[in-house]
Amino acid sequence: MTKPWFKPVADHALLVEFATQISDAANRDVLALDQALAKADVPGVIEVVPAFVNLLIDFDPLVTDHTMLEATVGKLLKTATQTTHDPVRHAVQICYDADLAPDLAAVAKACELSPETVINAHLAGDYRVCMYGFAPGYAYMAGVPDPIQVPRKAAAVRDVSAGSVIIAGPQCLITTLTMPTGWSVIGRSPSRVLLNRPDRTFLFDVGDHVAFERIDRATYDRLSKGSPHD
Amino acid sequence: MTDATLRIGFAGPHVSFQDAGRRGHKRFGVPASGPMDRLSHAAANAALGNAVGTTCLEISMGGLMVECSAGALSIAVAGGKFALDHAGAKFSGWRVLTLQPGDRLTIRPGAWGSWAYLAVAGDIVAPRWLGHTATHSISGFGGGAITTGQQIRVTNAERREDREGDIAQPGFVPPRGQARVVMGPQDQHFQPQAVQDFQTSRFQLSDAYDRMGVRLNGPRLGLKDVLSIPSEPILRGSLQVAGDGVATALLADHQTSGGYPKIATVIAPDLDQMTQLRARDDIRFEAITPDQAVTIARQYAQQRATYLHSIAIPRGSLLQRLMRENLVSGVISVDDTAQG
Repeated sequence: MTKPWFKPVADHALLVEFATQISDAANRDVLALDQALAKADVPGVIEVVPAFVNLLIDFDPLVTDHTMLEATVGKLLKTATQTTHDPVRHAVQICYDADLAPDLAAVAKACELSPETVINAHLAGDYRVCMYGFAPGYAYMAGVPDPIQVPRKAAAVRDVSAGSVIIAGPQCLITTLTMPTGWSVIGRSPSRVLLNRPDRTFLFDVGDHVAFERIDRATYDRLSKGSPHD
Repeated sequence: MTDATLRIGFAGPHVSFQDAGRRGHKRFGVPASGPMDRLSHAAANAALGNAVGTTCLEISMGGLMVECSAGALSIAVAGGKFALDHAGAKFSGWRVLTLQPGDRLTIRPGAWGSWAYLAVAGDIVAPRWLGHTATHSISGFGGGAITTGQQIRVTNAERREDREGDIAQPGFVPPRGQARVVMGPQDQHFQPQAVQDFQTSRFQLSDAYDRMGVRLNGPRLGLKDVLSIPSEPILRGSLQVAGDGVATALLADHQTSGGYPKIATVIAPDLDQMTQLRARDDIRFEAITPDQAVTIARQYAQQRATYLHSIAIPRGSLLQRLMRENLVSGVISVDDTAQG
């Protein structure tokens, strides 16, 4: 494991950073520390929030402080290891019909590929949930293949439907709310990330892998019936 | 114990149900939400003898008119300085009173403050999400927004006349126009002049102010480079600076990650007061060390607990109060009843 550096945040949090640039190695270090912290049940830790290259520990200042937590994390890192066991894999269905994929043609044009080639490349990707962020259930996945990576748009588009599959650079995510986005919308999924089941609220845990599975419009319409996305 | 119904005669925008908030789900993109001013929310509940974190109505500057359409119950209002009109009797916020069937209560913004809390003696029936009624404004998850015409059911409604009267306001809170911060975690991405300007300048809250955050007008805080950093976890209190050099203070319904550098983070004890500022009010930031921040948080927790305990003590019946006043001061004081 890489030795991280620490940054105190306000009176109640500590940011533990492994790198300044996104890399798989840094994200695996983050996940290893996240798991180690979950197991260790450190007094005063309220919640741990993993991200691409760093992890935030929110704590109760009546119980612990920045310095004590730094020492605890330092100790945990000596024994923490990156997990070797197989990650949980999810299949997420996606429909690429033009009206559900308003940016597919533009992505194809930017990449000098046919829309069908873009779809096949997207389906071939192995996506890993690196972090949740922004809004409830927004799982940031890395793994968009190089040939179809496109930058964010210059300006966000409003009212992008929930369930949209959107990409920007190496990242892909499935939206859970109707919100503006500057990412490219290349399909729509009837699968719900926000399950709201009593036993499980969100479909993925950070570290899980996701593969997309293509469905036709009739299947999409059938599966999305009664979905809160509509 | 019985049920009561509150009919919302009018609700401005951004009026919602809030319990103390759902902590522990930021790893799934879910901020805690809960009251913008946590101390005033706690005070409204304490003054009624409610458990900490009981669901309240959070009232914005849009105001609220509520009518007790069935049953009777005591309520408490705390936060800022809002103007109350209870069936023609006027108060200046911070008050426990009892609504009789048919009584109307109007709450409007007064001398200062952006958020007030209406707690009830009873249990508000509101939808929960992840175990809490706290409303996440963007999604509407949780209890949800309160709108004109809505009927709110309160179970186990009680009249608690022994608690009626003014609620003592906290005397230990810092001045509203100042907030203490710990610099960072990305102050190294800013030009030295920006860090200096941040610590010495006056900022002004803009109109871009909601439960997610508030944009601050002030000197442009220049970044060293325009490249954004990898998206990382952010907190209530983070002061995030976009590429245009404008800072946004993140509040109760903040996004849980952000790719812009954070120049500083407001300490939790100073955030409640900060949210009570209004657009065009001034604020200055004072940098303190992380150790000082923890010491302040510990002192604050103690003062807060002492205060909430003191206002949670019932005053007793009118007769008991008259006798107590008479014994203590030798004169009969009916101050808080005469006003009513």
